[in-house]
Amino acid sequence: MSLQASFAVRRKDHTTDVSFDGHPGEVLGLIGPNGAGKTTTLAALAGLVRISSGEIRLAERLLASPKVHVPAHARSVGYVFQQHLLFPHLSVLENVAFGLRARGTRRRTARERAFHWLDRLSVDHLAHRRPAHLSGGQAQRVAIARALACEPDLLLLDEPTAALDVSGAMTLRTQLREHLSGFAGVSILVTHTALDAMVIADRLVVLDEGRIVQTGSPADVAAHPRTHHVAALVGLNLIRGHATRGEIALPDGQSIVSAQPLSGPAFATFSPSTVSLFNERPAGSPRNVWRGRVISLAPHGDAVRVQLDAVVPLLADVTPAALVSLNLRSGAAVWASVKATEVTVYPA
Amino acid sequence: MIPALGALAFLVTPVVAVLIRSPWGSLPDLLSSSEAVGALRLSVLTTTASTLLCIVFGVPLAWVLARTQFRGHRIVRALVTLPLVLPPVVGGVALLLALGRNGLVGRPLDDLFGITIPFTTAAVVLAQSFVALPFLVISVEGAFRASDVRYDDAAATLGATRWLTFRRVTLPIALPGIVAGAVLCWARALGEFGATVTFAGSFPGVTRTMPAQVYVDLQSNPDAAIALSLVMIVFSVAVLALLRDRWVSGVSA
Repeated sequence: MSLQASFAVRRKDHTTDVSFDGHPGEVLGLIGPNGAGKTTTLAALAGLVRISSGEIRLAERLLASPKVHVPAHARSVGYVFQQHLLFPHLSVLENVAFGLRARGTRRRTARERAFHWLDRLSVDHLAHRRPAHLSGGQAQRVAIARALACEPDLLLLDEPTAALDVSGAMTLRTQLREHLSGFAGVSILVTHTALDAMVIADRLVVLDEGRIVQTGSPADVAAHPRTHHVAALVGLNLIRGHATRGEIALPDGQSIVSAQPLSGPAFATFSPSTVSLFNERPAGSPRNVWRGRVISLAPHGDAVRVQLDAVVPLLADVTPAALVSLNLRSGAAVWASVKATEVTVYPA
Repeated sequence: MIPALGALAFLVTPVVAVLIRSPWGSLPDLLSSSEAVGALRLSVLTTTASTLLCIVFGVPLAWVLARTQFRGHRIVRALVTLPLVLPPVVGGVALLLALGRNGLVGRPLDDLFGITIPFTTAAVVLAQSFVALPFLVISVEGAFRASDVRYDDAAATLGATRWLTFRRVTLPIALPGIVAGAVLCWARALGEFGATVTFAGSFPGVTRTMPAQVYVDLQSNPDAAIALSLVMIVFSVAVLALLRDRWVSGVSA
């Protein structure tokens, strides 16, 4: 039940052109900024939009090519939408039984199996409610049960935790990981949150402007981001440029230095917690020193995350005590420094 | 302020006049006369038939307008609304020219099957449908547009064909709007006069609906006309009550 997808969807103003495989039981995390083509990719896999070139194969069956278009209802693809989209006029149980009924299962059998799936997602006590009387988290669990009840070969989840509060999202995240690890087909999870990507996905596919820019394990992608979106997602500073023996030139004759002697096109990353801020230009060892201006301040765990406009945009985490002693305010001029040993460089 | 009050008075006074001048004492007798009962019966029968006809043909048309895109979409929509602005008498004339014995469709219908429509009860139903159909189509189209098209997507990914999706998802979600459209359509059919007398005439028991009966009675038996008018006011108020959320608060399509 593997997935081979290599296709393009061309529209007037944007093109999505992707190529990736999914293995049975694997959970792929699809990440990228808005407009990167994540939802278009899911819609093409589900058969809700036609592809312009390439093909999609699921469990050896050709689902789509420029000449073939198996309609959505004839594919074995489950779809969990961002806003759950439970049918408002049907009870929870009827919603979950809907797919089975549509595929010709007898009413009683369909209801029994629907109940079984509600039970598995621990929402069986809600079976006779209408969707309007569910919390966001409950509705999303019912939507997952509805998609899983059809036992699809491919399960698509479009930001299932996006509409939930923090604790609801955490609960659903944990449950999702549990259920997807027991799911025999391929799962694809579109997400905007680093936690979803790290906790649930086995492999990440990073999209940017309709193209795949990176694939890899969550740990690898998090450690070596190749887009600002992913860097921001995992909370890293990311600089792209041309390295000469570990030194990347920045505008205005400035540079960033790392301890690794890499040359060629490169990315440099460093954590906001390794950035130190000063009122005066620091003397001594740090070789990466830039002048900047504070754009914003926001609490970040026990620290305060400072957004800086320096030679490049920077994030710095400082303690509340440092915030007071440096007298940091929005618009204040500061010096930022990072030790060369804290900077990781890798080929672009 | 004064023009506003004037407008309100202008709309309300005639109805109040009917209520004041109503022959309350003889109302039971007036309404149980054979003419009144015949007109009432015919009106209920024909308006129900034309409403059903409008639902059967109008709901699919509304769905097409709401859910599909094609060349000439705007033209079709404009054609649908045409009977709304057309004077009903002109509608009646047009129906005669199309379905009359020498009409575009009427002549072959007569020649081949011996079917003649004008001046029959069927003609009443057609005249009413002609003027009422746009009301149904436009309000049902609004209901389809308001129901999220992504429910259709969700149904498709669950294995439902387009037809099943329409029956089990799109239609039930839009049902309140369809009911409202049907009530509106029925009310318009009930009040139909111009197209009906032109295309169907005014034969007691066959084509003389309530509005036609009121018109005839007004000359010979004003009290009977007022009594029937009262009945139609009651129907109208009932329609307003049924549609109070959708109509009184402004049409939102």
